[in-house]
Amino acid sequence: MSGTLTIDGKTIPFAAGQSVIEAARCAGIYIPHLCHKPGYAPHGSCKLCTVFVNGRKTSACTYPAAADQNVVSDTPELQQDRLRLTQMLFVEGNHFCPSCEKSGNCQLQGVAYHLRMLDNHYPHFYPQRQVDASHPDILLDHNRCIFCNLCVRASRDHDGKNVFAIAGRGINKRLIVNSASGQLKDSDISIDDQATQVCPTGAILVKRTGYQVPIGERWYDRQPISELALGKEDSHER
Amino acid sequence: MSAKIKIATTSLAGCFGCHMSFLDIDERITELAEVVEFDRSPLTDIEHCGPCDIGLIEGGVCNSENVHVLREFRKNCKTLVAVGACAINGGLPALRNFVSVEECLLEAYRDGIGIDNPQIPSDPELPLLLDKVHPIHEIVKVDYFMPGCPPSADVFWTFLSALIAGREPKLPYELVHYD
Ligand code: SF4
Ligand code: SF4
Ligand code: FES
Repeated sequence: MSGTLTIDGKTIPFAAGQSVIEAARCAGIYIPHLCHKPGYAPHGSCKLCTVFVNGRKTSACTYPAAADQNVVSDTPELQQDRLRLTQMLFVEGNHFCPSCEKSGNCQLQGVAYHLRMLDNHYPHFYPQRQVDASHPDILLDHNRCIFCNLCVRASRDHDGKNVFAIAGRGINKRLIVNSASGQLKDSDISIDDQATQVCPTGAILVKRTGYQVPIGERWYDRQPISELALGKEDSHER
Repeated sequence: MSAKIKIATTSLAGCFGCHMSFLDIDERITELAEVVEFDRSPLTDIEHCGPCDIGLIEGGVCNSENVHVLREFRKNCKTLVAVGACAINGGLPALRNFVSVEECLLEAYRDGIGIDNPQIPSDPELPLLLDKVHPIHEIVKVDYFMPGCPPSADVFWTFLSALIAGREPKLPYELVHYD
């Protein structure tokens, strides 16, 4: 099925099988998102892409586009919800951007810039989280994980390996590594895996690649995520 | 009666980089000096700030003195601005939040590499360390936030120009950075 729907009053086409967020992206309309990535099965966990479809709130990344839908995305109320969700992600982890290799190329930061986030609003959790530097080529810093599940999906669906999983619920949830020791070095991840490339934050980093592009000249230093995320999304989502 | 806008600035648990960045507005500082007067600030050596229009706070809250200074600023400044990453989220000083105060002191003053005369400082004049470093909004109400580590000179200029002119400060996309 294909046809047209309206988003923020603009009529756009959609193709069979597309979600609302994908139809919007193809039509050049940015809906903020963190756990969605083109080519990946939707996960619907970050809720940043929440929109009204025919008057009801739903995740644009999981909701199938359909004829004559009335989608509302860019309202002060929804942007405020997105801002608060993003601030929660910052205080629930440990995000010290000045000491993060991913700074400037980080989608969490990019979304925060887009939402004009100037402060973290909530009290900080400062949770105790580990850094797994055991692997010779890949670093896993749990402090920066936002549980978007993209590495889980990449490893499972694209690399055929199942290196990652999310365990626990609520504030106790954590990213775990599928190896006897729980450490990355004992898993079968390799540097060519999509799972090493997909993380939207600085939680999974390929070693010895940081600072190849100086801070100040990186993606979101030069161009807002709302522009970079359109059409050729893979250009900024490594 | 002075018609000048009164500004106070201070550094709590920070590296002083935000103040240095402020000075990077270079010759624009003379333009600023036409309309503002500095109360407590490293430039004046005043110990306690009096009633002010704008208070700029760099750094987070890591000890009992920081709490007092922050409360004094809040009481005296009509508009309080959190300047830079440490004031906003604890910044790099908050990296000590993952170890206990005891471990932190032992590492810094007794067990660390290259320590000559190992002893934990205990002079009664020294402010007591808090168990965690806190961003300032967890202690007092903050009116505005200037992100950055440090915020660039242009951020200071854009922000202060607006506040002084009585406009709502707005930072353009290029000026908002967290690093
Ligand atoms: S992962 Fe992103 S938001 Fe977190 S510290 Fe790194 S740059 Fe900042
Ligand atoms: S490690 Fe990265 S990709 Fe994996 S869940 Fe955490 S934030 Fe998402
Ligand atoms: S992008 Fe839709 S819920 Fe995360």
